[in-house]
Amino acid sequence: MIPALAVKSLRNRKFTAVLTLLSIALAVVLLLGVERIRSEARAGFASTISGTDLIVGARSSPVHLLLYSVFRIGNATNNVRWDSYTALASRPEVEWTIPLSLGDSHRGFRVLGTTPDYFEHFRFARGRKLEVAVGKQFEDVHDAVLGAEVADTLGYKLGQSIVIAHGAGDVSFALHKDHPFRVVGILARTGTPVDRTVHVTLEGLDAVHAEQNGIDASDPLAAALRASEDSSTANANGHSADASVQPESKRVLTALLIGLKSRGAALSVQRFVNEYPGEPLTAILPGPTLEEVWDIVGAAEKTLLAVSALVVVVGLAGMLVALLTSLSERRREMAILRSVGARPMHIFGLILGEAAFLTLAGIAVGLAILYIGLPEGNAG
Amino acid sequence: MSFLRENPVTGSADFSGKVEGVAENVVDLSGIRFSWTGAPPFVIDVKSMRVARGERVFLRGPSGSGKSTLLSLMAGVIPIREGSLRVLGREIGVLGGTERDRFRADHIGFIFQMFNLIPYLSVEENVSLPCGFSWTRRANAVRAGGSVEREAMRLLERLDMGAADVQRRPVTELSVGQQQRVAAARALIGAPELVIADEPTSSLDADRRSAFIDLLFGECEREHATLIFVSHDATLAPLFDREIDFVEINRAGAAEH
Repeated sequence: MIPALAVKSLRNRKFTAVLTLLSIALAVVLLLGVERIRSEARAGFASTISGTDLIVGARSSPVHLLLYSVFRIGNATNNVRWDSYTALASRPEVEWTIPLSLGDSHRGFRVLGTTPDYFEHFRFARGRKLEVAVGKQFEDVHDAVLGAEVADTLGYKLGQSIVIAHGAGDVSFALHKDHPFRVVGILARTGTPVDRTVHVTLEGLDAVHAEQNGIDASDPLAAALRASEDSSTANANGHSADASVQPESKRVLTALLIGLKSRGAALSVQRFVNEYPGEPLTAILPGPTLEEVWDIVGAAEKTLLAVSALVVVVGLAGMLVALLTSLSERRREMAILRSVGARPMHIFGLILGEAAFLTLAGIAVGLAILYIGLPEGNAG
Repeated sequence: MSFLRENPVTGSADFSGKVEGVAENVVDLSGIRFSWTGAPPFVIDVKSMRVARGERVFLRGPSGSGKSTLLSLMAGVIPIREGSLRVLGREIGVLGGTERDRFRADHIGFIFQMFNLIPYLSVEENVSLPCGFSWTRRANAVRAGGSVEREAMRLLERLDMGAADVQRRPVTELSVGQQQRVAAARALIGAPELVIADEPTSSLDADRRSAFIDLLFGECEREHATLIFVSHDATLAPLFDREIDFVEINRAGAAEH
């Protein structure tokens, strides 16, 4: 009896009922949408790097090291010498290493100098390997492999010749025009900072930086260096396949990723790095440091969640207002129902039933909008 | 009368369903005092009032004299605090809220002055409404008409509301006279023993007023229902079996007049 009455009563007040229902539905969409974006953002964040046991860089705070080495945010305060790298790479616990050299850019995108080990060992999102969507990995000194977003944004195809600039800015006057790189591959989309990175060989970068030193003629020291290195640079220009355009010993890195044979060795290798006598270095475990960064980033997203929770409260309050307004209009109806034998519980059930129906239907519509209108993955 | 006195109040516990042959008086009221606060001044202070089975009683009194409050007490909408009020032989004062609601649903049909109908229900649904709250009246309606819907139709036809186009109209678009006839059909469905009409004709013009009262009388007689008809309009009094002047019996009201 009472449910039938509730349905007929709601049908009689279609307009307010639909408005109330929609406001609840939108509140639900907002709350769950934000919650989903939040969890996807968190998952995406955590999946930026995977399978790496240690990240090593010049002495700095762990968060800073993680931000510049993995997220390409900010710049390193200092470099890692090549001999430190070789010393670490030759440790018995170490299974693989990926050298990273940052500090250059191409039209606003960061340029990363590395070796083919990067494609071999770098993992993201629970152990996924980088895949080359078009073309191949770099083989030649002046080969470049683009992240998906770089290729999309700049509209680059295979064979495109690109020039990199010193520094991370969008506009740089120090263009390394004499050493253009050739795009040989474009990576599949990963949803990580890799998408926004131009990958080149360490040797290619060496060549560029040797030339950089060369053109800086106003600097007497650079001029002197140039004079001493003239022979090897000329040699490199003549034989571009030759890997050592600059003596390896002079090469500097920004950071390195290390994979260990056994994860259990992570702490002892970390201690070795932190106490490395050759130069001041820092080694971090990516997991805990990611958590630390998320705690900083997460504050904003908690605020967003609080705001959408408030929207739900406002939606429900709106329904309550509509309900209470209707109560005074419906006093007559209640008196009639009482006169034909309805108990106070019946009246209560009628009013509450309508509110419950609106709330549940609102939630259902909200979920429908969320899953039909915003399919999974779109939000991230 | 003596039969009722011999039965203690609690002796009415076995009372159920129809009460024909059990009580001579449909309403037997004594020493009822009521005020909304529970303390003086009282709105109602009635020493004695009786309505016999099958009677058509005209309860006359000016607006605001407490008639409607008395009706609410009889129907068990408001609990009784002081005095004894037997309806159909049953002491209303000792019943709990739920029992009073069930008693009202089973035995009493109510007609108000205006706005008697639930706006979102059809004419037929409005008439059938009491059968949704009382098994007794549902059973009575089914026995009389074969089904609740057919009994509702039959009552509407008897009250000149049988035309299909009238029944299909939203109740809010019916004339006041038509609305009151739908309300009368609702009060009568399922043969309640007592029909209480609270100023049902005060929004009708004179012609429609007497036509409505004739219809109501006819149906109450057919259904063997007792009718308590409340109005401030003394000109209607001669139509009834008996007239009770509420101002006379209500000592609380007397002080004010």
